[in-house]
Amino acid sequence: MLDLFIKENKQLSDQYSLLILTSPVKLPEILPGQFAEVRVDNSPTTFLRRPISINYVDYVTNELWLLIQKVGDGTRRLCELKTGDVCNLVFPLGNSFTLPADKKSKVLLVGGGVGIAPLLFWGAYLNEHGYACNFLLGGRSKSNLLQISEFERFGNVFTTTEDGSHGERGFVTQHSCLSSSNFDYIYTCGPTPMMKVVAAYAAKIKANCEVSLENTMACGIGACLCCVTDTTEGHLCVCTEGPVFNITKLKWQI
Amino acid sequence: MANLNINIGKLQLKNPVMTASGTFGYGPEFSDFMDLSRIGGIFVKGTTLRERQGNPYPRMAETPSGMLNAVGLQNKGVEYFINHIYPTVKDIDTNILVNLSGSTIEDYVEAAQMLNELEKIPGIELNISCPNVKEGGMAFGTSCSSAANVVKAVRTVYKKELIVKLSPNVTDISEIALAVEAEGADSVSLINTLLGMAIDSEKRKPILSTVTGGLSGPAVKPIALRMVWQVARAVKIPVIGLGGIMNAADAIEFILAGASAIQVGTANFIDPTVSIKVVDGINDYLDRHGFQSVGDIVGVLEI
Repeated sequence: MLDLFIKENKQLSDQYSLLILTSPVKLPEILPGQFAEVRVDNSPTTFLRRPISINYVDYVTNELWLLIQKVGDGTRRLCELKTGDVCNLVFPLGNSFTLPADKKSKVLLVGGGVGIAPLLFWGAYLNEHGYACNFLLGGRSKSNLLQISEFERFGNVFTTTEDGSHGERGFVTQHSCLSSSNFDYIYTCGPTPMMKVVAAYAAKIKANCEVSLENTMACGIGACLCCVTDTTEGHLCVCTEGPVFNITKLKWQI
Repeated sequence: MANLNINIGKLQLKNPVMTASGTFGYGPEFSDFMDLSRIGGIFVKGTTLRERQGNPYPRMAETPSGMLNAVGLQNKGVEYFINHIYPTVKDIDTNILVNLSGSTIEDYVEAAQMLNELEKIPGIELNISCPNVKEGGMAFGTSCSSAANVVKAVRTVYKKELIVKLSPNVTDISEIALAVEAEGADSVSLINTLLGMAIDSEKRKPILSTVTGGLSGPAVKPIALRMVWQVARAVKIPVIGLGGIMNAADAIEFILAGASAIQVGTANFIDPTVSIKVVDGINDYLDRHGFQSVGDIVGVLEI
């Protein structure tokens, strides 16, 4: 548990904020796919911490990025934090994505909405370790497509919007890159219905596939057993056994 | 520095602060955050004779100043606890207490018998108040006769500290407390969660998979405090108070109302170090008011 400070709050749109946090102490080692439990202060209706994916870590500048969508009062309050404000985090929590066995693997990262958050850090990590990445990012319209220029630093970016205002029109799961390329590894984070379609596609083309789940949580450290998902090993906590799961372990009807 | 030692029946506590079952795992989950030996005791996750998968997701709903849970006693069973968990927790320098639940009296008895053999487990908390399982649990805790029957049966096989955790979902909690005291309970802990419900109006569906769940957090504190006060005046055995304790001031209120010790529960989810802050805060309070020992303020509420 650590008090971090807001270095900058970049309002990406009226719906999304990118919080750039820093600390006088050196950040711990954080793995792509891990998350933080963020305490929400000054919100009478918010009792629990909010689990937020770690969007990016820059060890040189000692920065940790959190991409936050305003959903309820808790996340709205987080999006209103100002430079210098304290933000208390329990982190890093959970497991991480796993590297493909072979550096020649064709890798695809599929994100929808705010679900792109952990994929930026994972894409940067893959890139740094010599893997070529393809990103397929979707949103309702152009204003819901986030951090495109950041993703472009680490690989090819394909986009879809439901209104056609950026990239191909439709859902990520309808993008032409899925029919023209054969991917070996697929990583996805976003709305569950989207991830299920991506998982079904991965199963069909026999790609290895990991999904990052976003179940509602209380403690984040495996104590309350509230965030479980049904797996081949029974109910497992998303906070400690996940949030990243290989689709072969989940009991999804796909 | 005041004397924080206090005894609960046969249990010797270095301080009155313990962590509530279901909110603290088995203890080691929190060892990255705090020194476990600084608290008076740890009530481990609710354990049953046989493994339980618990209820389907979603199991949690945030509510104003609290939360509902419907975990449903997910655990790997008492044998797993004995073989795999006990060796990892037995040397923690605090009281490790097992919260025990069952669907039949025979289940409670069989598991209690096994736990009685564990040298480093000085007591059990008989959970007759879980609102989240279909059979057993709360069914035992909501009538005097069934509460008395299960305590009587367990008492014959369990020789160490027998704490009975009471349900607030009753008309008169003091009657239940008196019933379990009469059958040999060494102490009572209260309150378990209050039966509640949350609805997603957009979807016109309940939020929890089980429709109803157990409410905890500061929202329940005034009710818990009132019940602790009522029970402490009714029984002679020690009372352990819990329900929405978020800080030392809350803990002290329970002690003034008659609790000899307290449990910190849901607050562990928001601040994993909160139990230590409660210990330090109680000490500060005693020093500030010139009390030598925490025992000096148990039940001294002036009315």
